[in-house]
Amino acid sequence: MTTDTTPYSSDERSTGLPAGGPNPPAAPDVKPGDSLGREAWRRLKQNKAAMASLVILIVMAIICVAGPWFMPWDLDEVDWEAFMAEPSLSSGHLLGTDANGRDLLTRTLYGGRVSLSVALVATVVSLVIGVLYGAISGYVGGRVDNAMMRFVDIMYSLPFMFLVILLMVVFGRNIFLIYAAIGAVEWLDMARIVRGQTLGLKRREFIEAAHALGVKGSTIVTRHLIPNALGPVIVYVTLTVPKVILLESFLSFLGLGVQEPLTSWGVLISEGKDMMETAPWMLLVPSLFLAVTLFCLNFLGDGLRDALDPKTR
Amino acid sequence: MLSYTLKRLALAIPTLLIVITISFFLMRVAPGGPFDGERQLPPEIEANLKAAYHLDEPLPMQYLRYMGNLLQGDFGPSFKYKDFSVTELIVQGFPVSLELGFWAILLALAIGLPLGVIAALKRNSSIDYLVMSIALGGIAVPNFVIAPLLALVFGVLLAWLPAGGWNGGAWQNMLLPVIALSIQQIAYIARMMRASMIEILSSHFIRTARAKGLSESEVIWRHAMRPAMLPVVSYLGPAIAGIITGSVVIEQIFGIPGIGRYFVQGALNRDYTLVMGTVVFYGALIVLLNLIVDLLYSVLDPQIRYDD
Repeated sequence: MTTDTTPYSSDERSTGLPAGGPNPPAAPDVKPGDSLGREAWRRLKQNKAAMASLVILIVMAIICVAGPWFMPWDLDEVDWEAFMAEPSLSSGHLLGTDANGRDLLTRTLYGGRVSLSVALVATVVSLVIGVLYGAISGYVGGRVDNAMMRFVDIMYSLPFMFLVILLMVVFGRNIFLIYAAIGAVEWLDMARIVRGQTLGLKRREFIEAAHALGVKGSTIVTRHLIPNALGPVIVYVTLTVPKVILLESFLSFLGLGVQEPLTSWGVLISEGKDMMETAPWMLLVPSLFLAVTLFCLNFLGDGLRDALDPKTR
Repeated sequence: MLSYTLKRLALAIPTLLIVITISFFLMRVAPGGPFDGERQLPPEIEANLKAAYHLDEPLPMQYLRYMGNLLQGDFGPSFKYKDFSVTELIVQGFPVSLELGFWAILLALAIGLPLGVIAALKRNSSIDYLVMSIALGGIAVPNFVIAPLLALVFGVLLAWLPAGGWNGGAWQNMLLPVIALSIQQIAYIARMMRASMIEILSSHFIRTARAKGLSESEVIWRHAMRPAMLPVVSYLGPAIAGIITGSVVIEQIFGIPGIGRYFVQGALNRDYTLVMGTVVFYGALIVLLNLIVDLLYSVLDPQIRYDD
């Protein structure tokens, strides 16, 4: 998951600067090693499980993105000599084939692309909605805040999973709808976290100073409040990514996710489940990919939380 | 307490209204209708049918009528199961789903709570690490992976238990689905219970209890258990929602005739009324159970009084 960690490392640099205050003259005394990001990275490096997970996730992302180009088989290419063939070296199907004679490794890698892209896009969607909503609600305060949070309360108690399924049924299966629907489900926690952060931040002196300088409200929110609330947001993002992957697989498993010939891990697991008595590898291979990815994301999330949580410092 | 209950009910009603309204209008924009079959019906008959089901009225009128029917527990006719109304299907499926969910949540508590307590008492021992890594596995591996694997191992390879079917709720048929449904919740509850138990055990009142010479088991059972369970109780709401959502997939995998299966079948067959009916029904159920859980919370924690 290079995609997951890159925004994190670039964010942390931008957090380091505005945190100093609204006045750009960078204090010369601040040692570069003191920034939140570097400190967190140092702590994360000491956590072996989290680092191992990070490496596995990066490898997983690389083989899913680049792997299909190097595979001798295509996504829906049928090998007429090997229907439901067992994994073997000699046939060239390293992880076997499915009921239609399509190479399972190739399909799993393509499925990984879908799962990872959903994770990326849906997380970004939820991040943008949640951060903006929470920051505005916290910053404006008063009645607006009250109304906005009451709305979140109501949304919380909606059976979202079912509404997403209803959406898929009515509007048909479409990968962009999946991105948007999952992103729209997952922003609520983010909004609450950012609002809490904002409430604490907005009474600080540097916000007051920005007010005194006549900075516009929208600029204060985007330039000063949001960058300073990023620490907990990053932690929450790493917890959102596995949830999003799980949701997509869940929908796909039910037959409501991506459509043929495109595939995803959920679809493959669902196909494998029907064939498990005769071709157990069809179930085991995609399950293993999904489980390893979720495992590593959870480990990494826990590690990041420990590294970024000021309470454990 | 009463005013809090009323306040929560006041929040529950708009929530339900939103669910119903979204579902109603989504369904109306959906392509197809209840009378689209392989055979094109003659226009007169179709018009008659539409009139019989009030589908010829203006939309706001239909919306009000649907609301009125809902209040009387009538979800309308199913599109695909021609001889059944959605209400009948729900009444048929719900007891099965309820039984499954009830045992799953009971199992989750019966295993998750002790595991968490043991891990907390033996903190940083090998038992603790073992329990916590199993718990992480339970969280990381989704139930729709665990369920087929369980069916494969115990149903097919070892052939100890049936790999599917309901058989009127015989325990052999129920065991695997209940386990598959509860594993994730066991993991969450164990993790939560461990964390809160560790926190409680380091608090002052526990030190006092030990100082006055209570035995360790008395300290844990009389003093630590109740406050330590609070986070778990507040988690019960999401846990129940998780089990209801999970049962959709589990019923599908094991071929159990509950609401979850009707829901998925309805979604795949585009049986709009059935899908909508189950969404509204589940929505009401989740909202109601959340309310009950929150009230239960106040019973357990004397510090919480919903009076203000």
